[in-house]
Amino acid sequence: MALIDLANPTRFVALVERVLPWLAAATLFAFAFGLWGTYLAPDDYQQGATVKIMFIHVPNAWLSMFVWGMMSAAALGTLVWRHPLADVAAKCAAPLGAAFTFLALVTGSLWGRPMWGTYWVWDARLTSVLVLFIMYLALIALWRTVDDPARVGRAAAVLTLVGAVNLPIIKFSVDWWNTLHQPASVFRMGGSTIDRSMLIPLAFMALAFTLLFITLHLAAMRNEIMRRRVRTLMLTQAERAA
Amino acid sequence: MGAAYAKVCEIVAMKLSGHDLACIRGGRRVFSGVSFSVAAGDALVLTGPNGAGKSSLLRMIAGLIHPADGSIALEGGDPELSVGEQSHYVGHLDPLKPALTVTENLAFWARFLNGTSEVDDAAFIERGLEAVGLADLARLPAGYLSAGQRRRLSLARVLAVPRSIWLLDEPTTALDAASQERLRRVMQDHLSSGGLVVAATHGPLGLAEAQHLRLGIASTGRENSRIGGAGNALDTMQ
Amino acid sequence: MTALSALFARDARISIRIGGGAIMGVLFFLTVVTLVPFAVGPDLALLRRIGPAILWIGALLSSLLALDRLFANDHEDGSLDLILMARPPLELVIVTKALAHWITTGLPLVVASPILGLFLNLEPNALAATGLTLLIGTPALTFIGVVGAALATALRRGGLLLPVLVLPLTVPVLIFGVAATNAAVVGGGRFDTPLTILCALTLMSGVIGPFAAAATLRYGME
Repeated sequence: MALIDLANPTRFVALVERVLPWLAAATLFAFAFGLWGTYLAPDDYQQGATVKIMFIHVPNAWLSMFVWGMMSAAALGTLVWRHPLADVAAKCAAPLGAAFTFLALVTGSLWGRPMWGTYWVWDARLTSVLVLFIMYLALIALWRTVDDPARVGRAAAVLTLVGAVNLPIIKFSVDWWNTLHQPASVFRMGGSTIDRSMLIPLAFMALAFTLLFITLHLAAMRNEIMRRRVRTLMLTQAERAA
Repeated sequence: MGAAYAKVCEIVAMKLSGHDLACIRGGRRVFSGVSFSVAAGDALVLTGPNGAGKSSLLRMIAGLIHPADGSIALEGGDPELSVGEQSHYVGHLDPLKPALTVTENLAFWARFLNGTSEVDDAAFIERGLEAVGLADLARLPAGYLSAGQRRRLSLARVLAVPRSIWLLDEPTTALDAASQERLRRVMQDHLSSGGLVVAATHGPLGLAEAQHLRLGIASTGRENSRIGGAGNALDTMQ
Repeated sequence: MTALSALFARDARISIRIGGGAIMGVLFFLTVVTLVPFAVGPDLALLRRIGPAILWIGALLSSLLALDRLFANDHEDGSLDLILMARPPLELVIVTKALAHWITTGLPLVVASPILGLFLNLEPNALAATGLTLLIGTPALTFIGVVGAALATALRRGGLLLPVLVLPLTVPVLIFGVAATNAAVVGGGRFDTPLTILCALTLMSGVIGPFAAAATLRYGME
C-alpha cells in the first residue's frame, strides 16, 4: 500500500482499524516495561522517592511540545500541500496535546511542592508551558466555533504555526534565564548527565507515552472521519428532502 | 389536516380593528390614516410596494411597534391578554436555532407559546412535523435546512399552538408550489374555524374571499437619468 | 411555568452544545489571571495579597464578555419578536435567561476560581472565601449585565458598549466581594458585613436588572 493511499480517508480508516490493536498492545507493553523500570530505579539522595514523578512528568512535557510540532507539520500540510487528512490530524491532535500539557503541569506542580515548598512559581519554564496550555485550549476553542471543517481548518492552521514560535522559547528558556527549575540534563550539548539507571526507564516511559499518543491520535482521526461522513449524510438528506 | 391543529377558536364574535393608524420609522412617516376591520373568519390581505409599511403594520398589530397615532382594538377576544398574546406572528425571519434539532425547535416553541404540558407528547410533535412534510428530517440539526424547509418549520409552529389571530408577513417566500398550496389550505381551515388572518404579500395567496388593503408610497414623479455607452439611455421612474 | 422551564432548558442546551460560553469564559478567566504576574512580577507574596482582587476582576471581565450574545442571538433570528409577544411576563423571561446564562457561564467561573487561586499562591481559606463570594456575587454581575445586553441589542451596537455601560454599575459588587474575601482571609468577625451586603446587592439586582432590561426591550427596540 503506497503512502499516497493514506490520503484517501476510506483506505486510511481501513488501515487504522488493522493497525490499532497492535499499537494498543505495544503501548501496554511499553508502559509495563517503563513502570517496572521506574519501580526498580534508585531513589534520589535528596528527594527520596518523589523523584519518580519525573518518569511521568518529563515524557508528558516532551510530548506537549512534540504534539504542537506535529500539528505545525499538519498545518503546513493543510496550507501548502492541501493534504485532505491534514486538518483532521491537526484537529484530533489538539485535545491530546492539551491533555499531555495539563498532565505535565499537574505532575510538575505535585513534584514541586515537596521540592520547592510551593505548588506553583512563575519562573520562565513553568510559565511558558502554562502559556502553551492556554494556546492549546484556544486552538481547541477555535476548532469548535465553526461547524464547517474546511473553513476552520485553514484558520486553525495559521494559528498553529504562529504558536509554534513558542516552542523554541520553552526549550532554551532554562538556559536563557536563571531559574528555579531543573536545568536541561538530557538533551544537552555535552551528552546526558542522568545516570543510566534512570535514563533507561525514562526512555521507556517516553516511548510508552509516545505510543499512547499515536494510538489515541489514530483512533481519534478515524472517529473524526466518521463524524464528517455523518455530517455530509445529514446535509445530503436535508437537500434531497427539500 | 388543518382540523388536527387549528382547533376551533373558542371566541366566536371576534373583531380586530385599527383606527387612523400612523407609523413613523427612522424619522420618515411611512403611512398615516390607515384603518381596517377584520371579523372572525375574515382575511385581510395587505399589498403595496416595498417600503409601504406592510411589515410595520403587521408588527404594530403584534404589539412590537407602537403606533405614532391611532389605536388598535380587539373585541371579543380574551380581555386579559393583549392582541399580540393572542396572535401568531410569522415575519421575514425564521426563528430556529441551528444547534438544536428540528424536533427540539418545534417542541420548544410549542411549549413556550402554549404553556401547557400537553405538548410533552412526542407523537404530537411528530404529527406536527408530518403536517408540513418535515417528518423525515426530525432529528437533523436545524442548521442544515434549506430556506423553504425553515419556512415550513415556522408554519408547523403556527399549526401546533392554537391562536385566533394569524399575522403573516409574506408567508409564501421560499415556498415551492406544493407548500404554497398547503399553506393556502391551512389558512382556509383556520378561517373556517373562526380565526382571523392578516397577511402581507406580493403575490396572490389564493384565499377564497379576502379584504384587500393597499398601502402605498405617494408617487413623486422622479426622474432618473443614466448615461449609457451608446448615449441614449434616459430612464424615468415614478 | 412550563413555558419558562422550556426556555431555560433551551438556553442551557444551546449553551452546552455550542460550548462557547463555559469554555471561553473559563479560558478567558485563566488568561487574565496569567497575564497579571507578567505585569506585576512573580513575587509570590504580592500575588497572595492581591489574589482575591485578581480573581474577582477576571471573573467580572469573563462574565461580561459572554453577555452580549444573550439577546443578540434571539434578535438575529427573530425569536426575540416571539418572546416579546409571549404570555409569560417579559421580566420573568429575562430572569430565566439570566439564570440559564449564569449556570452555564458564571458557575464554571466559580468552580475554576480555586484552581486559578493556586496559581496566585492563595491559602486554602482564601480560596474558599473567594469561591464563596464569587458564588454569591456572579449572579449579581449577570443580572446587572442583562441591562447592558438589552441596551446593546436595542441600539444594535456591539463592541465595547456593553462593558462600558455595565462596568460602573458593577463597582459595588466588586467592592464588597473583595472586601468580604479579604476579611475572611484576615480572620475575625468583619466577614459578615460585606458578605450580607453582597447578598443584598445580588437580590436587588435580581429585581432591578430584569425590570430595566424588559423596559429597554419593549420600548427601545424600534
